[in-house]
Amino acid sequence: MIAPLRRRRAAHRWEPRADAPAWRVVLVTLGAVAVAALVVTWVFVAYGVAPGEAWATIVRRTLLEPRGLSETVRKAIPLLLAGIGLLLAFRARFWNIGAEGQILAGAIGATAVALFTELPGPLVVPAMFLAGMLAGAAWGAVPALLKARMGVNEIITTLMFNYIALYLVRWLINGPWKARSATGFSYSERFPAEAVLPTLGATRLHWPTLAIALVLVAVVALLLARSRFGFEVEVLGRSPEAARYAGIDAGRVTLLLAALAAGAAGLAGVGEVAGIHRRLVEPTQLSLGYGYAAILVALLARGKALAVVPAALFLGFVFAAGDVMRVSLRLPSQLPDVVTGLVLLLVVASEPLTRGRWVRRDPTEAAATPAAEAPVAPPAAATAGAPAGGAAHASPDGEG
Amino acid sequence: MDVDVLVVATIARALAFATPLLWAALGEVIAERSGVVNLGVEGMMALGAVTGFAVAFTTGDVWWGLAAAGLAGMLGSLLHAFVAITLRADAYVSGLSLTMLGLGLSALIGRAWVGRPLPDPMRTIDVPWLRELPLLGPMLFQGQYVLTYAALLAAVVAWVLLFHTRGGLVLRSVGENPTAVDAAGLHVRPVRYAAVLIGGLLAGIGGGYLSLAYRPSWGEGMVNGLGWIALALAIFAMWHPLRVVLAGLLFGACFTLAFRLQTVFPPELLTMLPYVFTVLALVFTAWRRGRHAFGAPEALGRPYLRGER
Repeated sequence: MIAPLRRRRAAHRWEPRADAPAWRVVLVTLGAVAVAALVVTWVFVAYGVAPGEAWATIVRRTLLEPRGLSETVRKAIPLLLAGIGLLLAFRARFWNIGAEGQILAGAIGATAVALFTELPGPLVVPAMFLAGMLAGAAWGAVPALLKARMGVNEIITTLMFNYIALYLVRWLINGPWKARSATGFSYSERFPAEAVLPTLGATRLHWPTLAIALVLVAVVALLLARSRFGFEVEVLGRSPEAARYAGIDAGRVTLLLAALAAGAAGLAGVGEVAGIHRRLVEPTQLSLGYGYAAILVALLARGKALAVVPAALFLGFVFAAGDVMRVSLRLPSQLPDVVTGLVLLLVVASEPLTRGRWVRRDPTEAAATPAAEAPVAPPAAATAGAPAGGAAHASPDGEG
Repeated sequence: MDVDVLVVATIARALAFATPLLWAALGEVIAERSGVVNLGVEGMMALGAVTGFAVAFTTGDVWWGLAAAGLAGMLGSLLHAFVAITLRADAYVSGLSLTMLGLGLSALIGRAWVGRPLPDPMRTIDVPWLRELPLLGPMLFQGQYVLTYAALLAAVVAWVLLFHTRGGLVLRSVGENPTAVDAAGLHVRPVRYAAVLIGGLLAGIGGGYLSLAYRPSWGEGMVNGLGWIALALAIFAMWHPLRVVLAGLLFGACFTLAFRLQTVFPPELLTMLPYVFTVLALVFTAWRRGRHAFGAPEALGRPYLRGER
């Protein structure tokens, strides 16, 4: 009954492995990026833009010209902050996709301090960062609490909180915080001078936020590598069962990580309002989907804190290139979204490639196959190459 | 206004509002019952909405549009099926990337159609015979779009297929214990593929309802989280097609009632309500069933690899 349906055995067999050599991860990731670049090239052709010229323009205006490079780095700042946070959350298998809302919450916190407190000048900016971080952390702690205490699916709640934050900002700039001068477009009053972040020369690179982001990445890298907390995160990420036996309070660690992650995203929101817009603006202009792109940053970094830096710079480049495509090449503004989605898909799809390899089948195993195909043999025995089961078990629902 | 008239009108509006949610949530129930979670619902709905609109606009026929919408959703889900089932990559991230890709692609495709109304949109009709029913008639069977009635029918069909046919039994078994299904000599992956593709088809139709009937136009914010709400609805209904209808009606009624408060509350806060309701519904579900995911398919979100247990 089974035999006619079964495919002929291939000469090679996929052998999953839990650990992948670093060069293979890098190679596969670069391959995914290259495929995305090919697709973009095809889009250029489809829109009647000469691909060589288009790429030259993009590289010149995002990487070679000082102003363009500053834009690339500037757009990498929120991605660094939100990305390093998500990396932490994902390590503990807390699927926070609410960074976008946490960025907005941070922006709300910073705006509240900038517009409605009477602090002495030098204290304003630190207070804004603190308020933004706390607001972001609070925004992220609610879904984390619901997950830890009641098992509520965090993917959906964090996402719902994105929409709630979005409409909250819209309500604030249309209602209680609306600027007196605002007609047509809505926004809050302009921040006073002491609540605005300094930028590098004539660029929009608000370096204090960048410094905070880089320090945070370094701290997280140290924390993960050297501290007891890092060890707990590691164990929890690899096996919640083992964590339980080791006496690790999974709820507490998850909550702490989620709050840290959301706090980092909150800092990103502070940078955007205090460094770029200098007032609370329409939420879709305040964060251009940085919170969603940060998911890709965290996944590209594959659990390595320091790898967040190149990953964030790469996505900063994608966002900056999107601006160039829209302004200089008159291509649709939605292209970066497509690229982000595509790279994410390719990275996920190629993930299994980093976790195993094709090995030539043992001839004795091939010889044994006809016997295994006898109807009485359990089908599982046919493919049960000894190492496959155990090694693959670590892979299915985590890692990503 | 009489109270019963108000109730009838509210439920009728709720049903119209809930129709896209019903389609998408039914699709997700079928996919998740086979053990494959698909977070790409939002993206598939957007793809369905834009493709349906483009085809209906070009051909002048909403039914071709609807077919295209379903097909677009299905194509999106095929991508997810390949990555999550064949490549055995992480289903959560794969679905998420489908949502991002679907939203980006739909915005890209739909640029030419933004702000153009559909000249010949879907019309509302009454259901013969059933419209005469007291109370139920005006609530459910009058002045709705065909797709709304079809959603109710689809829920019943899904229930019969899932719980009263051999195929449905196989599908649910694949979601509960794929190893046992495999050991019984049946194939796990084709079943999962079929379930995910049906899920994509229904999500695409849900998107088509938005752009062809409910608001016959296209704009980037059209789906606006409905796909995610549909995912929550599938959980809230504990993966049961008939409970999806009840849950959808409850959701719809909450939103409809909330919008009657427009004179009291600013519009931005009212727009926020569906998302708040969704969180509350999930909290309620979790509270009711305790810490254990009662009703969730056992193998949900786990790729199947032979020889692994």
